[in-house]
Amino acid sequence: MLYIKCPYCGIRAQTEFAYGGDATVKRPELNKEITDKEWDEFVYLRKSLRGKHLEFWHHISGCRQWFKVQRDTATHEIFKTLKPHEEL
Amino acid sequence: MSQNFRLEKEGLINRSKKISFKFNGKSYFGYEGDTLASALIANGVHLVGRSFKYHRPRGFFGAGVDDPYALVQLIRNNESIPNVKATEQELFEGLEAKSVNCWPNVNFDIGGINNFLRIFLPAGFYYKTFMWPKSFWYKIYEPFIRKAAGFGVVSHEPDKERYEHKYEYCDLLITGSGPSGLASAYSAAKNGAKVILAEDKPRFGGSLLTSDVNIGNESGKEWADKIITELKSMPNVVVKNRAQVFGYYDHNMLVMSERLTEHLPKSDKFTPKQKLWYIRAKEVVISSGSIERPLVFGNNDTPGVLLSSAAKEYMKVYGVLVGKKPIIFTNNDSAYETAIEFKKNGVDPIVLDSRKELSSDLIKEAKSLGINIKFEYVVVNANGYRKVKSADIAKISDDKTTLGKIENIVCDCICVSGFWTPTIHLASQSGGKTKFNEEIDAFIPSKSKQNETTVGSANGIFNLQDSLNTSFEAGYNLSKKITNEDNKLSVPTVVEKKNSKHDKFWCVPLPKGKKYKRFLDFQNDVAVSDIEIAIKEGYRSIEHVKRYTTLGMATDQGKTSNLNGLQLVSNIENKLVPEVGHTTFRPPYTPVSIGAIVGREVGKHSKPTRKSPMHSWHEKNNAVFVDAGLWLRPRFYKRGNETLFDASKREAENVRKNVGVCDVTTLGKIDVKGPDAAEFLNRVYTNAWLKLPVGKARYGVMLREDGIVMDDGTTTRVSENHYHMTTTTAQAANVLSHLEYYLQIVWPELNVNVVSTTEQWAGAAIAGPKSRELLQKLFPDTDCSNEGLPFMGFIETKLFGVYARIFRISFSGELAYEVNVESDYGNFMWEKIIEIGNEFKIQPYGTEALSTLRIEMGHVAGSELDGRTTPFDTSLDGLLSKKKDFIGKRSMQKEAFISSKREKIVGVVPLDKKTSIPEGSYIVKDANTKLPNPKLGHVSASCWSVEYNNPFSLAIIKDGKNMIGQKLFALSPLKNKSIPVEIVSSHYVDPKGERVRS
Repeated sequence: MLYIKCPYCGIRAQTEFAYGGDATVKRPELNKEITDKEWDEFVYLRKSLRGKHLEFWHHISGCRQWFKVQRDTATHEIFKTLKPHEEL
Repeated sequence: MSQNFRLEKEGLINRSKKISFKFNGKSYFGYEGDTLASALIANGVHLVGRSFKYHRPRGFFGAGVDDPYALVQLIRNNESIPNVKATEQELFEGLEAKSVNCWPNVNFDIGGINNFLRIFLPAGFYYKTFMWPKSFWYKIYEPFIRKAAGFGVVSHEPDKERYEHKYEYCDLLITGSGPSGLASAYSAAKNGAKVILAEDKPRFGGSLLTSDVNIGNESGKEWADKIITELKSMPNVVVKNRAQVFGYYDHNMLVMSERLTEHLPKSDKFTPKQKLWYIRAKEVVISSGSIERPLVFGNNDTPGVLLSSAAKEYMKVYGVLVGKKPIIFTNNDSAYETAIEFKKNGVDPIVLDSRKELSSDLIKEAKSLGINIKFEYVVVNANGYRKVKSADIAKISDDKTTLGKIENIVCDCICVSGFWTPTIHLASQSGGKTKFNEEIDAFIPSKSKQNETTVGSANGIFNLQDSLNTSFEAGYNLSKKITNEDNKLSVPTVVEKKNSKHDKFWCVPLPKGKKYKRFLDFQNDVAVSDIEIAIKEGYRSIEHVKRYTTLGMATDQGKTSNLNGLQLVSNIENKLVPEVGHTTFRPPYTPVSIGAIVGREVGKHSKPTRKSPMHSWHEKNNAVFVDAGLWLRPRFYKRGNETLFDASKREAENVRKNVGVCDVTTLGKIDVKGPDAAEFLNRVYTNAWLKLPVGKARYGVMLREDGIVMDDGTTTRVSENHYHMTTTTAQAANVLSHLEYYLQIVWPELNVNVVSTTEQWAGAAIAGPKSRELLQKLFPDTDCSNEGLPFMGFIETKLFGVYARIFRISFSGELAYEVNVESDYGNFMWEKIIEIGNEFKIQPYGTEALSTLRIEMGHVAGSELDGRTTPFDTSLDGLLSKKKDFIGKRSMQKEAFISSKREKIVGVVPLDKKTSIPEGSYIVKDANTKLPNPKLGHVSASCWSVEYNNPFSLAIIKDGKNMIGQKLFALSPLKNKSIPVEIVSSHYVDPKGERVRS
């Protein structure tokens, strides 16, 4: 079971959190004309990489804040956790 | 009955307390402190079971967790428990156990014929033989194999025992209380660390209980007792026996199962049988020790052949002799301790040492005691079927390939020692690397991945002084990092005997013309010849050899067999052992009860139950409940002998005719507040929200970014910057997470806050033509007229002095209102509605009637919004704003979504107006065409229309718009039904929506 440091609450057990997907994907701006390809990439296409992955987690049974986690998908090592608008 | 194999004084058992027990129906006795194994051996019983494949007689091979043989069926507390290790099961008064895998009994086992057929049962036999013909597998082969193979019998009764879970945090977790574990624990605890020390056996001390050493000026055991007593008295230390740390998981999370009452005749009602500990440790010290390796020779699985360390443990801990004419067969010094122990207890052993004559402290001592030692001698074969009767022995050449003349000597046990294998399971499970140590011919932990340190013989250190030095050091260093204290203890001086080097020899060659089975894996009947076949047939990877031959599988996971298997593969392949590598160590180290994993989360405790504030009223009024997620909701209120059909029909009819009341507390409710709340709703919902006035509700649909409908519900503007959103019961949690995602990540510039208020409000839906009259009586000071409270209107008022919110919204399609009060007043509100509603013939209605009402109105719900449908499919496309952007809007342009071939919601009526259409039925054009019959769509929800008194269903079918009026078929292969139907509008009742506005 992972041990995750919520940037707001500190270290908590994985059971308090929900996984929230790739954190490098940016939603296209509202009302902006974009191509089908751009939209498809945003909605569907994700890298399934081995190694360091920046992802969202949601402290669902805690402060209910979304935040970023940099985790190794093979070893589950967590390198860093960040607030949503902090960069690595 | 006297115990022929019990020593006079030796041992740590309590001889003042006799314990009687039964094995295979026969009565015996033992003493407090015995295991089932030690008590049976004391009584001269060596035959405990039959082997997995060949049904060969099985005895005892070890004295603890390493034993691959002695699995029994245990009866305790009126429960039958399979595969209990007799070497671990402590004796209690009235214990009953039976042999497994034998029929009719262990002495005469029909399956034993497999032993004589064994030349026909080589490695991969089942794979090769039972592949063909395919149809034979389920009916003939599989039942036959299931009956012939396997161990204990699983009870078909629910487990009545209680199991607990516990979460714990510590600075240092130490796994094993042998010398190195004690030393690390003591030195860390004295340096202020919070320590948990776990020992899987009942007694602490590990090897110190059986070895002849002094620490300081005390014996090893005295030192261990002293340290444990002190550790137990320290407030920063938790010491647990009968506790096995069986798994090492991510981020230093370890799991330990503690056996609390299995050594007692019965658990008290509330005392758990086992406790599962989830331990998050800052540092882990693995002091799991080492397990003696077998030597391999002909028929080395005969009962009476056992590990020499086990023979010593039976003498020193239990005061039991495994035999009176022992042969000790060894390639190293440690077995001499066993020989000396036999001699001290008046038994003359013969030692066969595969090495050339050499000298060491132990060998000298053995010689001085007059023990018969034969160097360069090996056991070639064990004779005897149910018990060893004699051994064929021979001199072996220098290169260990040629045997001399075979001699036969009478014996009743053969104690083997092929040196020691460090128990690296936990270290390997942690993700750390291992490396092969040539010095000891075994793998030891190498590079760590997590915060773990392996000490003592688990790390390949077999010298006690070195072990204590490094363990004291580890405990000090690790604790210092955490506590910042600097209290270093001095390491006591050890008096121990120096060992000479072991011999790398481990497998005795076959004598000419003999085809003895030489076993590697005793639990799975894997012999040297099986590995040879596997390699001959092309299996190269050790992982494949394992799976083909079953080497190292099953309950003991190769604790005694793995290394010899690797050595054999490396010999045949002419590779070094590290090139062959080892198979992956995975948790659990020992079998864990399913009950322990599940803990208390069984039956209705497997998930929380949510109840509305009106729950007790529903119970008192004969509600039959249904699970709605975690909620319990009344499905219908039963009157007399009514069926579900009768009751829901009555309730729904009463709504259409008079007035009904339904508990809608379970609906998700979210408060949306802030100056940008309107803008936020405008982005989240597909329709327009900016102009919704205060005091008005609006129906809205939310999409996912991929264009699929996520949820629907009404949202009400309570005040300028305050909205009350409702969601479906099922999606409440998901919608809240969804809103938080967009507010926190995508549009953080919006000044809006959301919070769940589901549990703060109790809700009652009052529906039916008489609902306004009832409402006016409930709220006499409020204007409830169509003008005062129009459709989609909202007012805040008082219900007999209690703050209440009235929403004029309708799910039933009738004139209807929803009244909300704070949860604590829910029951008060409900009782008032019923009390005053009596005059209007009010009846409560459950979810079944609720469904009937919404289906015949064509309102979509969870069965249509199933995560696959778009707004077009569900005829919600009128709510898609063309003027503004919203979540998922861009997906609406996708070709697949606007295609006319997409499915669309319609109504379905059976032509006979009688036959109900099962939910999930297919809609097809022709019922009798060849399969596969092209499917137009499926029936999502069915009801008995109370308006028209005939069945009605909703379906989502291809080109639904143009299908209206067509005669098709509903097929339910599951229920073997084919029903001719007509497609109609999904709005079966009141298609213009006049009633809700009336």
